[in-house]
Order: sequence, then structure tokens, then C-alpha cells
Amino acid sequence: MVNLRNFKQFIVDTVGLMVQGGRLYYAWVGFLLLLIAIGGLAYVNQLNHGLLVTNMRDQVSWGFYIGNFTFLVGVAAASIMLVIPAYIYDWAPIKEITILGEMLAITALIMCLGFVMVDIGRPDRFWHIMPLVGRLNWPQSMLAWDVIVLNLYLLLNWFVVTYLLFSSYVEKHYNKKIVLPLVLLSIPMAVSIHTVTAYLYNGLAARPYWNSAILAPRFLASAFCSGPAVLLILLQVLRRTTRLKITDAAIFKIAELMAYTMGFNLFLTAAESFKELYSGTEHMVYFQYLLFGVEKNGVHYNTLVPFAWASILTGFVAFLLFLIPKTRMNWTTLNIGCVLIYASVYIEKGMGLIIPGLTPDALGEIYVYRPSFTEVAVAAGIFSLGALVFTIMLKAAVPMMLGEFTISKGRASEEVPVPPQP
Amino acid sequence: MPPQEGCDTSGGCGSRREFLGTAVATVALALTGCGKLSKEEFLQHNFRELSKDEIQTVIARLEKEYQEKFHKTVKVGNEPAMPGVIFGYALDLSRCIGCRRCVHACVKENNQSRDPEIQWIRVLQMDKEEGVNLQHAEQYYNPDEVPQEGHFYMPVQCQQCKKPPCVKVCPVGATWREKDGIVVVDYNWCIGCRYCMAACPYGARHFNWGEPHIKDADVNPATHYLGNRPRPKGVVEKCTFCIQRTRKGLYPACVEICPTGSRKFGNLLDPSSEIRQVLENKRVFKLKEDLNTQPNFFYFYGV
Repeated sequence: MVNLRNFKQFIVDTVGLMVQGGRLYYAWVGFLLLLIAIGGLAYVNQLNHGLLVTNMRDQVSWGFYIGNFTFLVGVAAASIMLVIPAYIYDWAPIKEITILGEMLAITALIMCLGFVMVDIGRPDRFWHIMPLVGRLNWPQSMLAWDVIVLNLYLLLNWFVVTYLLFSSYVEKHYNKKIVLPLVLLSIPMAVSIHTVTAYLYNGLAARPYWNSAILAPRFLASAFCSGPAVLLILLQVLRRTTRLKITDAAIFKIAELMAYTMGFNLFLTAAESFKELYSGTEHMVYFQYLLFGVEKNGVHYNTLVPFAWASILTGFVAFLLFLIPKTRMNWTTLNIGCVLIYASVYIEKGMGLIIPGLTPDALGEIYVYRPSFTEVAVAAGIFSLGALVFTIMLKAAVPMMLGEFTISKGRASEEVPVPPQP
Repeated sequence: MPPQEGCDTSGGCGSRREFLGTAVATVALALTGCGKLSKEEFLQHNFRELSKDEIQTVIARLEKEYQEKFHKTVKVGNEPAMPGVIFGYALDLSRCIGCRRCVHACVKENNQSRDPEIQWIRVLQMDKEEGVNLQHAEQYYNPDEVPQEGHFYMPVQCQQCKKPPCVKVCPVGATWREKDGIVVVDYNWCIGCRYCMAACPYGARHFNWGEPHIKDADVNPATHYLGNRPRPKGVVEKCTFCIQRTRKGLYPACVEICPTGSRKFGNLLDPSSEIRQVLENKRVFKLKEDLNTQPNFFYFYGV
């Protein structure tokens, strides 16, 4: 089997590319490894002492970890913002870079699974949730659905990326009949991962703040703002640091699409706010806690208020920057917009979704939650792990994408394996 | 071969399961951060999938573990639901004075962790002018100075719903409703994701955020596998209507201790039971009935 031997060589060469690099590359990887080590130590401490070292308690039983998980599912889903223009509208400038979106999705999903792992009380029992081996409560539990769709989406993206890179490595054009259906499949899959994640909260009648029919649409709209924002900045970095050709047109096209999703996201937020505030039922208390603070026994609880308004304000300014063609086509304002919208959604999905959903708690108690040092350190570790995974993937992928590194090219001559017969 | 691995008798697990289980055991051992986890404990399956023999083996292992930990004999029962019994509970809001004796009797009976402190019953001090309005509830009042002027008291614990949202959401089936209506947790199967806590509208589920601590002398040695046996760190626990007592015909500890007789308990299927008398002669309501969880726990105003 020539193919199999080639694949083995492909793996060896990929690893080879990953471990070799310039001084800057080593410094960056070293820095990430350091952060991962700090996060790892914090996590070991959490394992030994239990989740007591977090600031989560019975009242607010999910916090920073699950907020980050939710946000990152959105980033993973957003890779289809590249797939749709590239494949549905057959828009060539983006087609070449969709693989970057897929790699971002893989990275985000790895971080998602990391955040779930650190949040559960008994990681030693993770096999209980594995289909066939454990006892997955499917189709009843939305979490069971989420486990399935997230892993399928991860597998799908991993396969497409590996296949595309392997094809260019062995100097063959990829088989469109394999790639196209899978890439098209990734569109409903991406929608489904974020929908199911929204349903996770949405289905809980006990938490009126989440029990809103537009929760899933809001999730998707915000994801299609924050995910592409990461990509836009990344694409600019990559075309400076590598020989990858990424046209201005591709970047501006994505930015234009983002203007629509950002407008829609703001509209949905407004719709939800209107319903809560105008009807003013007892269920408004969660929204009130988020936006204005709640008074109880003479104490004014307003921990989330500055975050909530910062999120709304940054989201609005970013929308304007993306809406107006002049600021959208200006690199400075475009990048400011990217950072602003990323911050807006990160706050909204992190602090703004989970905490007010649980505060006041089911019996009306207000427990003020702020992430502990352990939670922040572990989260930083997971984000660094994501950055590391993405970095080393790019390190190997870019020369392969450019055709600079193949089975017969790109290394010192004595290392070249027996070339395939012409 | 140790009997615990006798998969033939259960019919529930195959060799693939065993193989995969063993394969991940090593990883998991590394993950727990401590080497205390035995292979038997790690590989133990969901309680509902265990054969009678396997249950006996598990119970023997747990009893040995508790003996070593608490230096006394702890009996772990597994009495099944009695036929023809569905337990119901009624609480008289006009009698309850908020003394919180039920809270502490419950902790004592059910081996809750004293440090960090876990309490299954939450007693809410309510404004008389507001009625049952949870946004006006106060849990941290001084129980030595009750009843307070202008207030009434509302204890809340697991409502043993007929349609429990906590059971629906559990991703691994670690919690379920027994035939006698009691919602139980398999503490050896729970992965600690706390989805059930988010789903419960009554704040009835509690998590072992840290390693639970109980003094040896305080451990109640009469336990049930699905009830008050000592729990490990990282799992969820809840009121089980004192399953270890009620399945033997005793009252729950909270009913027994209540000095005002506010708490009524019995078999909903027995027409002569006290609980049926309450349902027949008093007007009852269910907490958050709009959520359609259909509790078997009722509140009423006796006088």
C-alpha cells in the first residue's frame, strides 16, 4: 500500500515541520507551554481539592468554564462563514483559505472539550458519557446531543483538513467528490452544534432567562460575529508572516457579511430586551440583574452591570464600524471593530449568559459570582493550549498549502524518500 | 476472577466494554490526581445495570471502604421500592415556625458533609404581605428568633416530581425516579456535570464541591445505596425522603423531628393514609406548578 506508506511519511513530515522553526517560533511555543503549565498546575490543585477552589457554588453552579465553552462553540461554528461564500456562491478568493476556518474550528472544539473536562466533578468517570461504553442518556438529555454533535463536527473538520493537506503533500489534486459533500455537510453541522448548545440552556424551564425561543438564533447570530472577527485578524497576520496569498477582496467580503450578522445580532438582543422589560413580569429580575443590578435587603447587587453595558456598547460601535463602507475598508477601523465585536460577544456569552441565568437562584437567593484565580488560570491554560494547537497546525499546513513542502520537495536532498514513480 | 467482573450474570456488559474500560482506567487514574481510585470502583457500572450479585459485591466493597474511613461498621442497604406504594409529602405553611430543626435532623440522618456544609432542606422566611414570592425569600435569618413578626416560613426540599427535569437532563442516566416516586442518584455513576442543578426549579440538588467531611462519631451507620451512604467528592446529592427509613416503614427524619407537626408523610395509594387525608380535607398547592414538574410534595394551609 503506497498510500499508507505515504500517509505514514506525511505524519512524520508533519511532526518534523512542527518541531522545527525559528527563534520567534520557539519563543512563542515556549510562552504558550509556560501558560499551559500554569493552567495545568491550577487544574491539578482543583483535582486535589475539588471544585471548591472555584467560586462556583450550589446557587451559581456553572460559571466561567461553561461560559467559555459556550463562547468557543460559537467560534467553532463560525468557520462556515468562510465555507458559505466559498462553496455556495463559488467565490474563489475565499475558497483557498477555508481550510484556515476549518483549522480554527478544530482548535475551538478542542478548547470546548477542555472546558467541559475541567468543569465536571468526576473527570475520572468521563467514560460514562461515551456512547456504547458508558450510558449516554440520548435522546433525552441535550448534553448527550451536544457530546455527539461536537465530536462529529470535530471529526468532520479534522478529516477534511487532513485530507486536503495530504492531497497537496502527495502532489495530487484533492478529489472534489469527497471534499465538496463534506464541506457542504459542515454547514448544517455548524448550525447544529450551536443550536444544540443553545438548547442545552433553552430547555430549562427552571431558568426563565434562558427559556426564550430566540436563544438559539441569538447564539448563531453572535457566533457569526465573533468567529469571523478572529479569522479577519488572523488572515492579516498570516499574509504578513507567510507567503499565503490572501486578497483584500476576501477579507472585505467577510467583513461585509459580518455587518449583516452584527446588525441581526443587535436586533435579536433588542427583541429579547423589549419582551423582558416591557412586559415586566417577575422573570425580568434576571435581565435586571444583568443590566441594572438588583436591590435586596438594602444591598444593591450590580456586579455584572459594567460588563453588560460594555458588551452592548462595543457591539454597537463595532456594528457601525462594519456598516459604514469607509470604516470597513480601512485597516485600522476594521481591526478596532474586530476587537470590539470579539469583546462584546465574549462578555455576552461568558459573563452575560451563564451568570444571570443562575442569579437570582431557583429560590430567589443572590449569590455574587466572580471567577476565582484557579478558574482564570485554568482558562488561560486552555486558551494557550488552543493557541498552541493552532500554531503547530499552521506551521505544518502553510508550506503544504503553498505547495512548498511535499513528499518530494522542501527538505535537504539526502532526506528525500524514494520519490513516487512518475 | 473477582466476582465484580462477572459480566455473564448481568448480561448488560460485554467484553468490549471491559476492554475499553480497562484501557481508559490508566488515563483516568492519572486524571484524578490521587491514586485512591480502585479498579473495581472505576469500572463499576450504572446501578440499574448491575446484577444482584454485582450489587452485593459493590455493597461489600463500599462497607469495607466506610469501615476504613470512619472506623465503624456502616451498613449499606438496597431495599427496593415496596409494591403499591408511592410516597407523598405535605407541608403545613400555617404551622411551620421556621425553627430549622428539620434541616439539622436531615443533615444528621443523611450523612451530609459538615465541612463544607451541605443542607438538603432550605427554609425560606417570607413576607406575609408578599405571599409565596421567592424574590422576597430570605434564607439567612436567625432561627433562634422565630417566628418573626410579619413573616411566615416555607421549607423547600426535593419535591420528588413525577416529571423531574433533573432526570431528563442527566447526560449519563445517573439519576432516576424509583417506582415509589423517589428520585435517586447513583453517586458512583454521577460525573458531576451539574446539569441537573441548573434544571431543578427548587434548588434541591447539592454538589460536593470539596471532599465531604463528617466526624466518625457523627456518621449514621444505617444507610441505603441510593440514599444516605457517605458520598464522594465531585458528585450531586439530594433529599430522598429518607429512603433508608421510609422503605422500612419509618417516617423521614424531618417529619419525626418537626415540633409543630407541620410535616405530613405517607403512601399516596393508601386511602386511609394521613397524606390522603390532607389532600382530601385541605386545599393544597404545588410550588411552581406552572412548570408542570408535577411534584409529589404539597403545601397547604392547615388552619
